[in-house]
Amino acid sequence: MFPNLKNPVFTDTNELDEMARQIRRDIMNMLLISKSGHSGGPLGLADIFAALYFNRLNLIPEDPYNEQRDYFFLSIGHVAPVWYATLARRGYFPLDELKTLRKVNGRLQGHPAPLKTHGLPGVEIASGALGQGLSIAAGAAIGLKLSGKPNRVFCMAGDGELDEGQMWEAAMTAAHHNADNLTVIVDRNHCQIDNRTENVMKLEPLADKWKAFGFEVFEIDGHNMKEIMETIDKTGKVKGKPSVIIAYTKMGKGVSFMEDNYKWHGVPPNDDQGKIALGELNPTKFGDFVDYYGGK
Amino acid sequence: MNFIHKFENYLVENLDMKNPELKESRRGFGEALVELGKTNPNVVVLGGDVSGSVRTDLFRDAFPDRFFSVGISEQDMMGVAAGLAVVGKIPFASAYGEFATGRPFDQIRQSIAYSVMNVKICASHCGFTVGPDGATHQSLEDVALMRVLPHMNVITPADYNQTYRAVIKASEIDGPFYIRFYRDNSPNFTNPNAPFEFGKADTLLEGSDCAIIASGLMVWESLLAAELLAEEKIMVRVVNMHTIKPIDSNAIVSAAKNTGCIVTAEDHQIKGGLGGAVAEVLAQEYPAPVEFIGAKDTFGESGKGSELFEKYGLSKRHIVEAVKKAIKRKK
Repeated sequence: MFPNLKNPVFTDTNELDEMARQIRRDIMNMLLISKSGHSGGPLGLADIFAALYFNRLNLIPEDPYNEQRDYFFLSIGHVAPVWYATLARRGYFPLDELKTLRKVNGRLQGHPAPLKTHGLPGVEIASGALGQGLSIAAGAAIGLKLSGKPNRVFCMAGDGELDEGQMWEAAMTAAHHNADNLTVIVDRNHCQIDNRTENVMKLEPLADKWKAFGFEVFEIDGHNMKEIMETIDKTGKVKGKPSVIIAYTKMGKGVSFMEDNYKWHGVPPNDDQGKIALGELNPTKFGDFVDYYGGK
Repeated sequence: MNFIHKFENYLVENLDMKNPELKESRRGFGEALVELGKTNPNVVVLGGDVSGSVRTDLFRDAFPDRFFSVGISEQDMMGVAAGLAVVGKIPFASAYGEFATGRPFDQIRQSIAYSVMNVKICASHCGFTVGPDGATHQSLEDVALMRVLPHMNVITPADYNQTYRAVIKASEIDGPFYIRFYRDNSPNFTNPNAPFEFGKADTLLEGSDCAIIASGLMVWESLLAAELLAEEKIMVRVVNMHTIKPIDSNAIVSAAKNTGCIVTAEDHQIKGGLGGAVAEVLAQEYPAPVEFIGAKDTFGESGKGSELFEKYGLSKRHIVEAVKKAIKRKK
């Protein structure tokens, strides 16, 4: 549809998996440098971000606001490290800037900051306060349909975030206006900051909830690259209603002591933990943006 | 209007103070939207199940394809508006004052103000004059909530004519706006042909004894007060501070310098409202005695608008008393 947009970079799932692993390494290095930020969610989403930005989204990193782009909205602003790492790897801004996560005067704010005030390429709108991204995505989808434009709209949401009533208001709005250009991806890792999601606020039967709200529902293994990409294609073919992909993931994926442990929602690794984590995430052909331990 | 003449170009010709034309300011909003519908294809309107009340029904019926119902979900509505702005539309989101500001405050803060989105939030049914509906529906905090947000612009038009012009003007300026107006009929006295000068107050009357700086419905009440004061040879300046943010500091300082004392008048909480805004400017730039007319840290109650103005101290006689008190405080 948009022959001039420079995706996909990789078509081979092995290469995409390797990029996802590099993104995980980048996340660990960013958090080691910043000593502040969220570990679990970002690690769990690296595969989906690699699939979106290195294969499926229509985009031009050198022209990030090209009107032919697909729109990506990160409703869960706290997983910013995975987005920043992905955007940098994709060429939106220099890799070296990943060292500035959460630093004063930086563009890589703790939660994504607005384009107009901070100017980080690839960001459309601020997020951080939960529950707001789906409304924005629905609005964008409705507006694009009104203009007769073919751009797709993606919203990355969290499962804990679905406690927010606004998410369901927005789901109703998207369905009411037949926003079939909208795909919601729910990071179903069963973890939120206080505890397991089902202990904090029961979400199941989650797929039934989305169906009842008028969505076409897909359930996938959020770490299976082939399944991620095939499902993104499938949601693009749904007509007359929005789609949701419930992506079953593991918080902290790739780092044994973080995996599936809600206590890693909102904290960074210390130096000892980071060393173990990077030891478990094998280096890739893409190379790190920093040698945090200086060879030690 | 024979007691002073100088700045009458801001007022309708041959204004009859006894029998002014009465019109609903919310209708000025609705009709301005219809005009924008004809002239600007990017303008879209969101409906929150109060379209007939806030008069977005006029746009809905004229441009049904560009009107989107979001149900009774003000928080979602603000996000949807922000999303429409992301893709280049100029969305107007409206509800009653409290539900357009207090209910979705965090959504406005993050998705509209912080994100500097070109969203126009327009609130009807503000202030005491929704009367019988009672305190839940009497929006007395909305200006304070919007004024405190960085990047947000705040306009409180005085009548139908000015609401119409303010809405057209806000559509022409990129950025978030909050525009506040009313349900009930009220005097329609501002000149429909005067330009709406965003951020610049209109001085309606000149006088040297005191300056009344008023917003919204209280501008008319202040003119009535000025008339009463003139009978006692007390000549007041009356300033229509239609733009609360960015506030016209020059007009405030000039009023204080030239008259020596100020009365603010608003249909809203004094704290955080126009009274607070004027006091902030004067404290820093030109300290002068200030008396405040408005809601004094209290919620309203059911009753007729006129009864509530009387009970809560917003009527012309209260303004007259405040002016006299302010004049006494002059050194």
